[in-house]
This record gives sequence, C-alpha cells and structure tokens, in this order.
Amino acid sequence: MLGSIQGAWTAFLNFEYWPEIGSGTLDTLIMTGFSLLFTVLIGLPIGTVLFLTSWRQRSERPLAAKAQAWTYNVLSFIVNVLRSVPFLILLILLIPATRWLVGTSLGVQGSIPPLVIAATPFFARLVENLLREVEHGVFETCRAIGATTYQTVFWALLPEAFTGLCAAVTVTAISLVGYSAMSGVIGGGGLGDLAVRYGYQRFNTTVMMITVAILVLLVQLIQFAGDRLVARLSHR
Amino acid sequence: MIRIQNVGKTYRAQDGEFHALHDIDLTVAKGEVFGIIGHSGAGKSTLLRLINLLERPTVGQILVEGEDIGRFDEEQLRRLRHRVGIIFQHFNLLNSRTVEENVRFPLRVAGTMGRTEQKRRVAEVLELVGIADQANKYPRHLSGGQRQRVGIARALANRPHVLLCDEATSALDPQTTQSILRLLLEINQRLGLTIVLITHSMDVIRAVADRVAVLDQGRIVESGTVLEVFLNPRHAVTRALLAESGFESDSALGVAGGRGGHVLRLTYQGAAAGLPLLTRLSRDSGLDFSILQGSVGRLKDMPYGQLTVELERLEEERFGRLLSMLAAHEVRCEVLR
Repeated sequence: MLGSIQGAWTAFLNFEYWPEIGSGTLDTLIMTGFSLLFTVLIGLPIGTVLFLTSWRQRSERPLAAKAQAWTYNVLSFIVNVLRSVPFLILLILLIPATRWLVGTSLGVQGSIPPLVIAATPFFARLVENLLREVEHGVFETCRAIGATTYQTVFWALLPEAFTGLCAAVTVTAISLVGYSAMSGVIGGGGLGDLAVRYGYQRFNTTVMMITVAILVLLVQLIQFAGDRLVARLSHR
Repeated sequence: MIRIQNVGKTYRAQDGEFHALHDIDLTVAKGEVFGIIGHSGAGKSTLLRLINLLERPTVGQILVEGEDIGRFDEEQLRRLRHRVGIIFQHFNLLNSRTVEENVRFPLRVAGTMGRTEQKRRVAEVLELVGIADQANKYPRHLSGGQRQRVGIARALANRPHVLLCDEATSALDPQTTQSILRLLLEINQRLGLTIVLITHSMDVIRAVADRVAVLDQGRIVESGTVLEVFLNPRHAVTRALLAESGFESDSALGVAGGRGGHVLRLTYQGAAAGLPLLTRLSRDSGLDFSILQGSVGRLKDMPYGQLTVELERLEEERFGRLLSMLAAHEVRCEVLR
C-alpha cells in the first residue's frame, strides 16, 4: 500500500512534462500581467471619458453638449463593436495588426495586443459604470465647490471609486487568464497552448488536466487577492 | 447681497415644457438668515441652486454682491463658488477621505493657500463646528449630526460670504436638528455670514430665519419677516405649512362657546410678551376672558404670544374702549367674531 503511494509520488515527480508546464505557467502569468497593465492604462481613461461625455454629464451650453454627444457616440460604438466580436475571431482578424505592432503574431509577445484589445472595452465599460455609481452628490459637490473637471476626476471621482476599481481589475484579470488560454489555439503560448497541443492534438489527458488545475488555482488566487485588497481599502 | 430679479426656470421635458420657477423676485440682505419654505416639488432646490449657478435661470437676472453672475465665464464662476458655501441634506462627503481631507478639499481646489496654511485653516474650522477631535476619522464612523458638521466646516473653509443650506437638517433627528440649527445661528452671528436656507419645516424657519419666502408651484406666494408670516399668515399654503408644524390658526372658533360672544385674536411681541397681560386686561376692563387657543414662545430671539380669547358680547362703546386698551399695550387685535 505504502509502496504504491510512494511509487505514484515518484512517477508524479518524474513526470516528463513538468519543465514545459512550468514555462507555460510562467508565460501565462507574463501574458496576463502585461495585458492587464496595458488594459488598465488604456481602459481607465476611455472609461472616464465615456462617463464624462455620457448623457447625465452633458453641458448646458449647446456646442459643448454636441461635442460630448459625438465623443460618447463614437467611443461607445467602437467599444460595443469590439465587445461583440468573439475573442477567437478577434484574434484572427488582428493577426496583421499584431504583426505590425510587435513583429509577430505568435508566442507571448503576439498574444498581448489582441488580449489588450479584447479586454480594454470590457474594462472601460466597468469603469464608466463604477463612476456612474459614485453618488451623484459627489459630482454636485465638486461643481458647487468650483472644482475643475481635472480636480473632480482625479481628486474625487476616481478616489471614491477606487475600491470598485480594484474589484474591476480583479474581474478583468480573471477574464484575461481565460482569454490567454484561448489564444493558445492559434499558437499564443502559455498554458492554453500546452493544453491544446497535448490534450487536443496528442490525447495526453494528464497534461491537460494539470494545466486546467493550474488555471483554476490561478483564478482562485487572483480572486482571493482582489477580495482581500477591496476589504482592506474599503472605508464605506 | 443677493438679488434675484424676474427669474424663471423652464425645463424641456419629453412632453412639452415644465416650468419650475416663475417670476421670482427676492432680495437677501447682508448678514441675514433668509428662509425659503415650501412643500416638496415647489421648486426650492432649484431656486437655491440658482445662487451658485448649479442651475441656470431661463430668464431673469441674479446679482451676487452686485455682480450679474449669469455673465460669468467658467473661471469667474469657479471663483464665485469658492465664495458661496453650500451644505446638503445628505452631506455629500467623500467616503474615501478623512474628515480633515474632506474639509481641506475646497482649499486644495481653490489653490490659494500653501499646505501648512491649509492645515491650519482646517483645524480652525473644525474647532469652530465642534468636531476638532474627529479630524482623522472617516465619514462612516460619524453620526449624522457630526457628518453635517463636517459638511458645514467644508462649506466654511474658503471663508465664504454666503452659505446655502439645502434641507440641511431634513435627514437628522429632532435633537440633532436643534444642535445644527444652533450652530448655524452662531456662525451667522459670529462671522456675519449671510445664510439662505430651504426647508419644508416651519420649525426650522422659526428657529433661525429672519425673513421667509413661501414657495408654491414655482411662485413666491408670501414673504416677509418670520414674525409677520407666522402670526399673520395670508396664503393657504402658508397656513397648511404652519398647521403641519402644529401652529393651527383657525380651529379656535370650533372651541368657542355657544353664547355668541366676541372672539378675538391677540398678538403681541417683544417686551409685552413678558407681562401678565391677560390678567391685567381683565382687571382693568372688568371682563372675563376664556382662552380658546394660544401659543407663547420665541421666534429666533423675539418673544411673542398669540392668544385667541372669547368674551361676552359688548355694546359698541365698551368694545371700543377695550380695543384702545389693547392698542395701548401694543397688542394687535383681530376680531374673529
């Protein structure tokens, strides 16, 4: 009995695919991390602009209101289009653009641009909704105090929405883990790539199961860390 | 200080137009507490928000300290808003910031003080509103009354000339309401600050206001000193508002006896309110009065009394003598029956 457990353990340790699984996990982490970074850097301003030009924030002066309406409609349209294209199709459509941007459409590098383009509209909408949920009173107070738009956004709205933003980043990071696995299908690298190559093409179920287990663990860890951060920062 | 001239506000709604305010004319003097009262939907909030242009009038002119604020550009408007403080029913504090940071916020926005000077000013106003010991707490740890004190401190930080109060005590319990109203009065007297407040409660008006305007369906239906309006309400809405606060004015006749005597409403104020008026009248005139209704109290700092009394029917000459006796005591008399 004891001998057989020991034997299984040794077999587990000597499993020949560990190095590949290790580097695949690292690739997934890199892809998720970098695309998350760019998604937040690009999505936060887009979400803020969406909020500032949305219907409720329209200026009383007709010309400014018209400019706001145009900005909102154009941005909102682009965001909706990008969100409605399935990620796998977006990946394929973006191949030329990705090549032009980073030189290749394969591997970790080639995965990051489509990941960012897929996640940014999603994150921007989250930001827009979060800012809308900041009590209307905060916005009114800023106006009444004579704050500029810059002061309102950076000194009041974003800090008030900060815990919500942390939660939104967590949700986005988790989607990115999933998307990054999908990008493996067209040679994106990482755990998804591993699962497709061994599990789908070579019927190696063990490797596939291990990659899935690692993905599950990763998602749990991100969610746990995000929840802890939100609980820590919440002053409500 | 503030002049609102022929102001109207119309919103464009889906089904035509909605007239929120019509032909508003009012003047608020420097250093006074001006109350605007009305039921919800009367247009009070819109009217108050005209004074710092959170709402723009559709027609008419608004002068603050002699300047037509409708012509201000963005920059001038921002500077106006530094001079006009406002407090809200729901306080509108930043939940992610401490009390100290909340109060410092308008100072940072105005950008006229250095950091140490800002901190000194914050300590000063927190002391003034009585919450200096709460400076490092977050709003969620404070009671409603304390939060409104933070709101007041924030509004005062930039040393405004006018303080606007938007239903500032409506979310507070009666006891806290009293303490906040006392604070507002103290600020008004100590700093000479002009206060414009809106409320739906006559009790608030009675406690702090010097003058009052009654707003109904976007129009001012009655205005004057608080004493005038309280003791001699003319419009039905004013009477209804008074009745809601327990100042019934017309139910006295129902209590009157069937003997067909005179019913008089006697109103007096100031020094007269401290005298044993009714017994003196009774002795001097040899008449008996029965009190049908009465209220004696204080409107802000002014003691007043209003009694509705019944007495036996008198012949003309004796009645005339009674009236002149009342006039000699500076008692206003209305003959209700």
